[in-house]
Amino acid sequence: MKTIKVLGSGCKKCQQTAESIQQIADEMGQEITLKKVTDTAEIMGYGVMSTPGVVVEEQVLHAGGVPDKEKIKSMLSQ
Amino acid sequence: MFELFTLLANVVTYDILQLAPNSGLAKSVHFFVEDTSKIFFLLSVIIFVMGLFRSLLAPEKVRLYLEGKPKGLTYFLAVILGAVTPFCSCSSVPLFIGFIEAGIPIGATMAFLIASPMINEVAVVILGTIIGWELTIIYVGTGLLVGILGGWACDVFKMERYVEDYVWKIRTGQIVMPTYDNSLKGRMTFAWGEVKEIVGRIWLYVFIGIAVGAGLHGFVPTTFFADYAGPDNLFAVPLAVLAGIPLYSNATGVIPVAEALLGKGVPIGTVLVLMMSVVAISIPEFVILRKVIRLQGLIYFASFLALAFICVGYLFNALQ
Repeated sequence: MKTIKVLGSGCKKCQQTAESIQQIADEMGQEITLKKVTDTAEIMGYGVMSTPGVVVEEQVLHAGGVPDKEKIKSMLSQ
Repeated sequence: MFELFTLLANVVTYDILQLAPNSGLAKSVHFFVEDTSKIFFLLSVIIFVMGLFRSLLAPEKVRLYLEGKPKGLTYFLAVILGAVTPFCSCSSVPLFIGFIEAGIPIGATMAFLIASPMINEVAVVILGTIIGWELTIIYVGTGLLVGILGGWACDVFKMERYVEDYVWKIRTGQIVMPTYDNSLKGRMTFAWGEVKEIVGRIWLYVFIGIAVGAGLHGFVPTTFFADYAGPDNLFAVPLAVLAGIPLYSNATGVIPVAEALLGKGVPIGTVLVLMMSVVAISIPEFVILRKVIRLQGLIYFASFLALAFICVGYLFNALQ
Protein backbone atom coordinates (compact mmCIF):
# COMPACT_ATOMS: atom_id res chain seq x y z
CA MET A 1 0.00 0.00 0.00
CA LYS A 2 1.35 3.35 -1.04
CA THR A 3 1.54 6.29 1.31
CA ILE A 4 0.72 9.50 -0.46
CA LYS A 5 0.96 12.95 1.03
CA VAL A 6 -0.66 16.04 -0.36
CA LEU A 7 1.28 19.14 0.64
CA GLY A 8 -0.67 22.37 0.98
CA SER A 9 -2.03 24.76 3.54
CA GLY A 10 -5.60 23.64 3.02
CA CYS A 11 -6.39 25.73 -0.03
CA LYS A 12 -9.02 24.71 -2.53
CA LYS A 13 -6.47 23.36 -4.99
CA CYS A 14 -5.01 21.08 -2.32
CA GLN A 15 -8.40 19.60 -1.56
CA GLN A 16 -9.03 19.07 -5.26
CA THR A 17 -5.69 17.33 -5.55
CA ALA A 18 -6.40 15.01 -2.62
CA GLU A 19 -9.88 14.22 -3.92
CA SER A 20 -8.78 13.39 -7.42
CA ILE A 21 -5.92 11.19 -6.19
CA GLN A 22 -8.32 9.22 -4.02
CA GLN A 23 -10.81 8.95 -6.85
CA ILE A 24 -8.27 7.76 -9.41
CA ALA A 25 -6.75 5.29 -6.95
CA ASP A 26 -10.23 3.88 -6.37
CA GLU A 27 -10.78 3.59 -10.12
CA MET A 28 -7.49 1.77 -10.50
CA GLY A 29 -8.38 -0.48 -7.57
CA GLN A 30 -5.29 0.61 -5.68
CA GLU A 31 -5.25 0.96 -1.94
CA ILE A 32 -3.52 4.05 -0.72
CA THR A 33 -3.05 5.91 2.53
CA LEU A 34 -3.70 9.57 1.84
CA LYS A 35 -2.36 12.18 4.23
CA LYS A 36 -2.70 15.92 4.04
CA VAL A 37 0.32 17.85 5.21
CA THR A 38 -0.69 21.38 6.18
CA ASP A 39 2.21 22.43 8.37
CA THR A 40 4.29 24.99 6.49
CA ALA A 41 7.58 23.91 8.06
CA GLU A 42 6.96 20.31 7.05
CA ILE A 43 5.96 21.33 3.52
CA MET A 44 9.10 23.43 3.17
CA GLY A 45 11.04 20.46 4.51
CA TYR A 46 10.16 18.67 1.28
CA GLY A 47 11.56 21.63 -0.65
CA VAL A 48 8.18 22.60 -2.03
CA MET A 49 7.44 26.32 -2.37
CA SER A 50 4.51 26.18 -4.73
CA THR A 51 1.65 24.11 -3.38
CA PRO A 52 -0.09 21.79 -3.83
CA GLY A 53 2.65 19.22 -3.96
CA VAL A 54 2.38 15.45 -4.02
CA VAL A 55 4.72 13.12 -2.17
CA VAL A 56 4.65 9.39 -2.94
CA GLU A 57 6.61 7.15 -0.59
CA GLU A 58 8.57 10.16 0.71
CA GLN A 59 9.50 11.28 -2.79
CA VAL A 60 8.25 14.60 -4.16
CA LEU A 61 6.78 13.78 -7.53
CA HIS A 62 4.78 16.90 -8.18
CA ALA A 63 4.60 20.56 -7.16
CA GLY A 64 2.93 23.76 -8.21
CA GLY A 65 -0.68 22.96 -9.03
CA VAL A 66 -3.41 20.39 -9.31
CA PRO A 67 -1.92 17.43 -11.20
CA ASP A 68 -3.94 16.21 -14.15
CA LYS A 69 -5.38 12.73 -14.44
CA GLU A 70 -2.53 11.28 -16.49
CA LYS A 71 0.04 12.58 -14.04
CA ILE A 72 -1.79 11.08 -11.08
CA LYS A 73 -2.03 7.72 -12.86
CA SER A 74 1.68 7.68 -13.56
CA MET A 75 2.48 8.63 -9.96
CA LEU A 76 0.26 5.87 -8.62
CA SER A 77 1.72 3.21 -10.87
CA GLN A 78 5.33 4.02 -10.01
CA MET B 1 -11.33 49.34 -28.89
CA PHE B 2 -12.40 50.36 -25.39
CA GLU B 3 -15.23 52.52 -26.77
CA LEU B 4 -17.04 49.24 -27.06
CA PHE B 5 -17.55 49.17 -23.31
CA THR B 6 -18.79 52.78 -23.22
CA LEU B 7 -21.16 51.92 -26.03
CA LEU B 8 -22.45 48.90 -24.14
CA ALA B 9 -23.01 51.06 -21.07
CA ASN B 10 -24.86 53.63 -23.20
CA VAL B 11 -27.17 50.98 -24.62
CA VAL B 12 -27.95 49.48 -21.21
CA THR B 13 -28.44 52.81 -19.44
CA TYR B 14 -30.33 54.86 -22.00
CA ASP B 15 -31.91 52.37 -24.41
CA ILE B 16 -32.77 49.36 -22.29
CA LEU B 17 -33.36 50.96 -18.90
CA GLN B 18 -34.48 54.30 -20.38
CA LEU B 19 -32.87 56.31 -17.58
CA ALA B 20 -32.86 60.09 -17.85
CA PRO B 21 -29.37 61.29 -18.85
CA ASN B 22 -27.50 63.11 -16.09
CA SER B 23 -29.65 61.68 -13.32
CA GLY B 24 -27.71 60.17 -10.44
CA LEU B 25 -29.05 56.72 -11.18
CA ALA B 26 -28.08 56.91 -14.85
CA LYS B 27 -24.55 57.95 -13.94
CA SER B 28 -24.21 55.09 -11.48
CA VAL B 29 -25.61 52.48 -13.82
CA HIS B 30 -23.44 53.71 -16.68
CA PHE B 31 -20.31 53.58 -14.48
CA PHE B 32 -21.25 50.13 -13.21
CA VAL B 33 -21.91 48.56 -16.61
CA GLU B 34 -18.87 50.12 -18.26
CA ASP B 35 -16.46 49.20 -15.47
CA THR B 36 -17.81 45.71 -14.88
CA SER B 37 -17.57 44.74 -18.55
CA LYS B 38 -14.21 46.42 -19.10
CA ILE B 39 -12.50 45.24 -15.91
CA PHE B 40 -13.61 41.63 -16.12
CA PHE B 41 -12.67 41.51 -19.80
CA LEU B 42 -9.19 42.92 -19.14
CA LEU B 43 -8.75 40.79 -16.04
CA SER B 44 -9.41 37.56 -17.94
CA VAL B 45 -7.25 38.50 -20.94
CA ILE B 46 -4.25 39.57 -18.85
CA ILE B 47 -4.36 36.60 -16.48
CA PHE B 48 -4.58 34.29 -19.49
CA VAL B 49 -1.59 35.89 -21.21
CA MET B 50 0.44 35.86 -17.99
CA GLY B 51 -0.53 32.23 -17.46
CA LEU B 52 1.16 31.31 -20.74
CA PHE B 53 4.50 32.50 -19.32
CA ARG B 54 4.17 31.17 -15.79
CA SER B 55 7.20 28.93 -15.85
CA LEU B 56 9.45 32.00 -16.15
CA LEU B 57 7.95 33.56 -13.07
CA ALA B 58 7.72 30.76 -10.54
CA PRO B 59 8.69 31.83 -6.98
CA GLU B 60 11.39 29.14 -6.99
CA LYS B 61 13.08 31.05 -9.79
CA VAL B 62 12.85 34.33 -7.88
CA ARG B 63 14.76 32.72 -5.06
CA LEU B 64 17.48 31.72 -7.48
CA TYR B 65 17.64 35.22 -8.96
CA LEU B 66 18.08 36.81 -5.53
CA GLU B 67 20.39 34.28 -3.93
CA GLY B 68 23.90 35.55 -3.25
CA LYS B 69 23.41 39.02 -4.77
CA PRO B 70 24.89 42.08 -2.99
CA LYS B 71 22.46 43.43 -0.40
CA GLY B 72 22.00 46.86 -1.99
CA LEU B 73 20.97 45.28 -5.27
CA THR B 74 18.55 42.80 -3.72
CA TYR B 75 16.01 45.50 -2.80
CA PHE B 76 15.71 46.66 -6.39
CA LEU B 77 15.59 43.17 -7.78
CA ALA B 78 13.10 42.08 -5.14
CA VAL B 79 10.53 44.79 -5.84
CA ILE B 80 10.79 44.34 -9.59
CA LEU B 81 10.46 40.58 -9.29
CA GLY B 82 7.62 41.13 -6.81
CA ALA B 83 5.84 43.29 -9.34
CA VAL B 84 6.08 40.78 -12.19
CA THR B 85 5.49 37.52 -10.34
CA PRO B 86 1.90 36.47 -9.88
CA PHE B 87 1.16 36.40 -6.23
CA CYS B 88 -1.42 34.97 -3.94
CA SER B 89 -1.31 35.87 -0.27
CA CYS B 90 -1.62 32.16 0.49
CA SER B 91 1.90 31.67 -0.83
CA SER B 92 3.53 34.41 1.23
CA VAL B 93 4.56 32.07 4.06
CA PRO B 94 6.29 29.47 1.87
CA LEU B 95 7.94 32.31 -0.03
CA PHE B 96 9.09 33.96 3.16
CA ILE B 97 10.57 30.77 4.54
CA GLY B 98 12.10 29.81 1.21
CA PHE B 99 13.81 33.19 0.88
CA ILE B 100 15.09 33.28 4.46
CA GLU B 101 16.32 29.72 4.19
CA ALA B 102 18.26 30.58 1.06
CA GLY B 103 20.07 33.30 3.00
CA ILE B 104 18.27 36.16 1.22
CA PRO B 105 18.24 39.14 3.64
CA ILE B 106 14.95 39.87 5.38
CA GLY B 107 14.95 43.32 3.77
CA ALA B 108 14.76 41.92 0.25
CA THR B 109 12.20 39.36 1.37
CA MET B 110 9.94 42.05 2.83
CA ALA B 111 10.50 44.32 -0.19
CA PHE B 112 9.21 41.47 -2.35
CA LEU B 113 6.19 40.97 -0.10
CA ILE B 114 5.33 44.70 -0.11
CA ALA B 115 5.59 45.18 -3.85
CA SER B 116 4.00 41.91 -4.93
CA PRO B 117 0.34 42.54 -4.02
CA MET B 118 0.46 46.27 -4.82
CA ILE B 119 1.91 46.07 -8.29
CA ASN B 120 1.09 43.46 -10.84
CA GLU B 121 0.49 43.35 -14.56
CA VAL B 122 -3.25 43.11 -14.13
CA ALA B 123 -3.54 46.20 -11.94
CA VAL B 124 -1.16 48.18 -14.15
CA VAL B 125 -3.07 47.54 -17.38
CA ILE B 126 -6.47 48.14 -15.79
CA LEU B 127 -5.28 51.27 -14.00
CA GLY B 128 -3.76 52.62 -17.21
CA THR B 129 -6.87 51.91 -19.25
CA ILE B 130 -9.35 53.29 -16.75
CA ILE B 131 -7.58 56.14 -15.00
CA GLY B 132 -4.72 56.98 -17.34
CA TRP B 133 -1.07 56.18 -17.78
CA GLU B 134 0.27 59.17 -15.90
CA LEU B 135 -1.26 58.08 -12.62
CA THR B 136 -0.27 54.49 -13.36
CA ILE B 137 3.38 55.47 -13.64
CA ILE B 138 3.14 57.41 -10.37
CA TYR B 139 1.43 54.47 -8.67
CA VAL B 140 3.99 51.94 -9.87
CA GLY B 141 6.93 54.25 -9.12
CA THR B 142 5.84 55.01 -5.58
CA GLY B 143 4.90 51.39 -4.97
CA LEU B 144 8.39 50.26 -5.96
CA LEU B 145 9.99 53.03 -3.91
CA VAL B 146 7.99 52.18 -0.78
CA GLY B 147 8.96 48.54 -1.28
CA ILE B 148 12.66 49.40 -1.57
CA LEU B 149 12.58 51.74 1.44
CA GLY B 150 10.52 49.25 3.42
CA GLY B 151 13.00 46.49 2.70
CA TRP B 152 15.92 48.70 3.58
CA ALA B 153 14.23 49.76 6.85
CA CYS B 154 13.67 46.08 7.74
CA ASP B 155 17.41 45.51 7.44
CA VAL B 156 18.37 48.74 9.26
CA PHE B 157 16.05 47.98 12.18
CA LYS B 158 17.03 44.33 12.20
CA MET B 159 13.61 42.86 11.60
CA GLU B 160 15.14 39.40 11.70
CA ARG B 161 14.85 39.66 15.50
CA TYR B 162 11.10 39.28 15.09
CA VAL B 163 11.15 36.27 12.83
CA GLU B 164 9.73 33.22 14.59
CA ASP B 165 12.47 30.87 15.77
CA TYR B 166 11.22 27.81 13.94
CA VAL B 167 11.76 29.56 10.60
CA TRP B 168 15.53 29.54 11.11
CA LYS B 169 15.49 25.83 11.82
CA ILE B 170 13.82 24.77 8.63
CA ARG B 171 16.13 23.08 6.20
CA THR B 172 14.56 22.61 2.85
CA GLY B 173 17.37 20.84 1.12
CA GLN B 174 16.85 20.74 -2.60
CA ILE B 175 14.01 22.96 -3.78
CA VAL B 176 11.68 21.05 -6.05
CA MET B 177 10.92 22.86 -9.28
CA PRO B 178 7.25 22.64 -10.19
CA THR B 179 6.60 20.38 -13.11
CA TYR B 180 4.95 22.12 -16.01
CA ASP B 181 3.58 20.85 -19.24
CA ASN B 182 5.25 23.34 -21.56
CA SER B 183 3.53 22.39 -24.79
CA LEU B 184 1.22 25.07 -26.19
CA LYS B 185 -1.79 23.02 -25.22
CA GLY B 186 -0.45 22.56 -21.70
CA ARG B 187 0.18 26.28 -21.37
CA MET B 188 -3.29 27.15 -22.64
CA THR B 189 -4.93 24.71 -20.25
CA PHE B 190 -2.94 26.11 -17.36
CA ALA B 191 -3.65 29.73 -18.35
CA TRP B 192 -7.36 29.06 -18.60
CA GLY B 193 -7.25 27.35 -15.20
CA GLU B 194 -5.55 30.45 -13.79
CA VAL B 195 -8.28 32.71 -15.18
CA LYS B 196 -10.97 30.58 -13.55
CA GLU B 197 -9.08 30.31 -10.28
CA ILE B 198 -8.06 33.96 -9.89
CA VAL B 199 -11.28 35.49 -11.16
CA GLY B 200 -13.15 33.06 -8.92
CA ARG B 201 -11.12 34.24 -5.96
CA ILE B 202 -11.24 37.99 -6.50
CA TRP B 203 -14.45 38.72 -8.41
CA LEU B 204 -16.36 39.71 -5.28
CA TYR B 205 -13.74 42.31 -4.28
CA VAL B 206 -13.78 43.73 -7.78
CA PHE B 207 -17.57 43.74 -7.86
CA ILE B 208 -17.82 45.54 -4.51
CA GLY B 209 -15.18 48.03 -5.65
CA ILE B 210 -17.16 48.80 -8.80
CA ALA B 211 -20.43 49.10 -6.84
CA VAL B 212 -18.84 51.53 -4.37
CA GLY B 213 -17.30 53.50 -7.24
CA ALA B 214 -20.66 53.61 -9.07
CA GLY B 215 -22.45 54.79 -5.93
CA LEU B 216 -19.90 57.56 -5.35
CA HIS B 217 -20.01 58.55 -9.00
CA GLY B 218 -23.77 58.89 -9.23
CA PHE B 219 -24.93 59.95 -5.81
CA VAL B 220 -22.24 61.75 -3.85
CA PRO B 221 -22.09 65.46 -4.71
CA THR B 222 -18.68 66.81 -5.70
CA THR B 223 -18.94 69.43 -2.96
CA PHE B 224 -18.94 66.66 -0.34
CA PHE B 225 -15.36 65.66 -1.10
CA ALA B 226 -14.31 69.24 -1.76
CA ASP B 227 -15.45 70.01 1.78
CA TYR B 228 -14.07 66.96 3.54
CA ALA B 229 -11.20 65.64 1.47
CA GLY B 230 -10.04 68.65 -0.50
CA PRO B 231 -6.41 69.67 -0.81
CA ASP B 232 -6.76 72.08 2.11
CA ASN B 233 -7.72 69.42 4.60
CA LEU B 234 -4.47 68.19 6.11
CA PHE B 235 -6.20 65.30 7.84
CA ALA B 236 -7.45 63.77 4.60
CA VAL B 237 -4.20 61.92 3.88
CA PRO B 238 -3.73 60.22 7.28
CA LEU B 239 -7.45 59.46 7.36
CA ALA B 240 -7.22 57.82 3.94
CA VAL B 241 -4.38 55.62 5.21
CA LEU B 242 -6.24 54.71 8.40
CA ALA B 243 -9.43 54.00 6.46
CA GLY B 244 -7.49 51.60 4.26
CA ILE B 245 -6.25 49.41 7.12
CA PRO B 246 -9.48 47.62 8.03
CA LEU B 247 -10.66 47.73 4.43
CA TYR B 248 -9.24 45.01 2.31
CA SER B 249 -9.33 44.50 -1.38
CA ASN B 250 -6.91 43.54 -4.08
CA ALA B 251 -5.21 45.98 -6.39
CA THR B 252 -7.87 45.53 -9.07
CA GLY B 253 -10.88 45.98 -6.80
CA VAL B 254 -9.70 49.32 -5.52
CA ILE B 255 -9.30 50.88 -8.99
CA PRO B 256 -12.97 51.76 -9.64
CA VAL B 257 -13.17 53.44 -6.23
CA ALA B 258 -10.07 55.50 -7.09
CA GLU B 259 -11.60 56.34 -10.47
CA ALA B 260 -14.77 57.70 -8.84
CA LEU B 261 -12.86 59.65 -6.17
CA LEU B 262 -10.59 61.30 -8.74
CA GLY B 263 -13.69 62.21 -10.74
CA LYS B 264 -15.00 63.98 -7.65
CA GLY B 265 -11.89 66.12 -7.40
CA VAL B 266 -10.21 64.30 -4.52
CA PRO B 267 -6.50 65.13 -4.82
CA ILE B 268 -4.25 62.54 -6.38
CA GLY B 269 -2.03 61.96 -3.30
CA THR B 270 -5.04 61.19 -1.13
CA VAL B 271 -6.45 58.72 -3.66
CA LEU B 272 -3.07 57.09 -4.16
CA VAL B 273 -2.52 56.40 -0.48
CA LEU B 274 -6.04 55.10 0.01
CA MET B 275 -5.37 52.58 -2.78
CA MET B 276 -2.01 51.56 -1.37
CA SER B 277 -3.24 51.28 2.17
CA VAL B 278 -6.25 49.16 1.19
CA VAL B 279 -4.06 46.77 -0.79
CA ALA B 280 -0.81 46.64 1.20
CA ILE B 281 -1.87 46.98 4.83
CA SER B 282 -4.56 44.47 5.45
CA ILE B 283 -5.60 42.32 8.34
CA PRO B 284 -5.92 39.05 6.35
CA GLU B 285 -2.40 39.45 4.95
CA PHE B 286 -0.98 40.21 8.39
CA VAL B 287 -2.71 37.23 9.95
CA ILE B 288 -0.89 35.08 7.38
CA LEU B 289 2.46 36.78 8.02
CA ARG B 290 1.96 36.35 11.76
CA LYS B 291 2.91 32.70 11.23
CA VAL B 292 6.48 33.76 10.53
CA ILE B 293 6.86 37.19 12.16
CA ARG B 294 6.07 38.09 15.76
CA LEU B 295 3.32 40.58 16.51
CA GLN B 296 5.73 43.30 17.58
CA GLY B 297 7.58 43.06 14.29
CA LEU B 298 4.33 43.23 12.35
CA ILE B 299 3.25 46.35 14.24
CA TYR B 300 6.54 48.07 13.34
CA PHE B 301 6.15 46.94 9.78
CA ALA B 302 2.56 48.23 9.48
CA SER B 303 3.51 51.53 11.13
CA PHE B 304 6.37 51.99 8.70
CA LEU B 305 4.09 51.39 5.74
CA ALA B 306 1.42 53.76 7.11
CA LEU B 307 4.04 56.46 7.67
CA ALA B 308 5.53 55.97 4.22
CA PHE B 309 2.08 56.22 2.62
CA ILE B 310 1.30 59.41 4.53
CA CYS B 311 4.53 60.98 3.20
CA VAL B 312 3.66 59.86 -0.33
CA GLY B 313 0.21 61.41 0.01
CA TYR B 314 1.46 64.80 1.17
CA LEU B 315 4.17 64.82 -1.47
CA PHE B 316 1.81 64.26 -4.37
CA ASN B 317 -0.84 66.60 -3.03
CA ALA B 318 1.81 69.30 -2.77
CA LEU B 319 3.08 68.62 -6.29
CA GLN B 320 -0.36 68.74 -7.83
